[in-house]
Amino acid sequence: MRNLLGRINGWIDRLANPSQFLKFSSKVLPWLGGLALIGFSIGLYWAFFKTPLDEEMGQTVIIMFVHVPAAWIAQMAYALIAVSSFGLLVWRHPLADVSAKAAAPLGAVITFLCLGTGSIWGRPDWGTYWQWDLRMTSVLVLFLLYLGLIALRNAIEEEVQAGKITAILALVGVILLPVIKWSVEWQQSTLHQPAGIIRGYVSVEFLIPLFIMAFSYTLLFFYLHMKAMRAEIFRRRTISQQRRQVREFSSKEEQNLQTP
Amino acid sequence: MSSFLALLKRDIHLSMKEGGTLGIALGFNLIVVTLLPLGIGPDLNLLNQIAPGVLWITLLLSLLLSLDRIFLTDYEEGTLELMTLGPLPLEQVVIAKAIAHWLCVGVPLSFMTPVLGLLMNLSPGQFGILTLAALIGTPALSFLGTIGAALTLGLKRGGLLLPLLILPFFIPTLIFGVSTTTGYLFASGNYESSLALLAAISIGSIVLAPFPAAWALRVNLN
Repeated sequence: MRNLLGRINGWIDRLANPSQFLKFSSKVLPWLGGLALIGFSIGLYWAFFKTPLDEEMGQTVIIMFVHVPAAWIAQMAYALIAVSSFGLLVWRHPLADVSAKAAAPLGAVITFLCLGTGSIWGRPDWGTYWQWDLRMTSVLVLFLLYLGLIALRNAIEEEVQAGKITAILALVGVILLPVIKWSVEWQQSTLHQPAGIIRGYVSVEFLIPLFIMAFSYTLLFFYLHMKAMRAEIFRRRTISQQRRQVREFSSKEEQNLQTP
Repeated sequence: MSSFLALLKRDIHLSMKEGGTLGIALGFNLIVVTLLPLGIGPDLNLLNQIAPGVLWITLLLSLLLSLDRIFLTDYEEGTLELMTLGPLPLEQVVIAKAIAHWLCVGVPLSFMTPVLGLLMNLSPGQFGILTLAALIGTPALSFLGTIGAALTLGLKRGGLLLPLLILPFFIPTLIFGVSTTTGYLFASGNYESSLALLAAISIGSIVLAPFPAAWALRVNLN
């Protein structure tokens, strides 16, 4: 057991090295992308042509296969940012900052997808595009938090500082999101009727394609995340290379001036 | 403790002398509440119904205006850097500054709410609960606000970024503050649980917020 743990630790240590990560990700990326593609083809085909129409919702139930996995991934992406932020602040892994930076815009887009498809789905089913129920409100707050993370990082010029400051905000968000969610829930239970939209069961015919879609979403997210991380590593390397060139050039100039 | 009190005294003294932040906060609060009936029409019943929510939201926004000043003046003149070298841990510096902010902005704003309640067609018998809820809720805003102020310290557009970062964190205070007030006004005195939860949010913020704020200050000052 200890041996296994040691091996896992060693593996993580090696992966935290940017060059090792680049090597590893170049091998994994085609598999992730390919599997996501296959998964989406199967899942979407199943969702569109194989699932029976829902008795109450009719055709609009198909939106569920796009909407529900997006909601899951939106939360998973924030969890990933939180773990990466923790890793950056506590263990100072340079790759953790790259991971948090790459995940924030992806998470924001997927959260927006979740809100958008949800409101399209809500119109035919509940007769309104938006309802201030618990889930929608908390996903909206999550979206605002993503925007805050992106805006804060963009506003700080110095890269290391930007990473740490954003990480602190991400961790504060992790503590406060449940409190916000809980207070909205409390407000719902006292002031309004409880929202009766959540059905008691989802039948197996829906569950299987739903899980296939969720799986494909997860693969796609990690594919894009890895891709974005690679791009960020290359960007940082380019910048440091440019700086080195400038430094070498200026030191040569100095030597030329000193030896006429 | 004596250096903590000295810092608190100094901050209160400075912000009283400067005066600008409090005046702007009070004026902003007044102007928003003035605009609202003009915007939605002077229906007194409707105004009475939405008064708790309106008063709380304008309170949040007015307080937000002054948040970036918590550390900014000290940061610009270099005093904040000296404080990191001083005998007081940075967490206590944050606490002193948050208390000073609450006393100089939160408390006056709380006592202003009844006046604005008058404009929103609330009767004088209902003023007590307005002030009480605001007094209990605003410490959470000042303490959570230090996190936002510390995160955006020294940014050129920090003042514009601060609301986006910090307003989502004000949601619990808003919800329990409004439900305390509406509970008292419209639900025949059923407000104790909301008031207790409002106090819980404030106490939680007072205990927890100084740590991330001090952390962010350390990162930003290095």
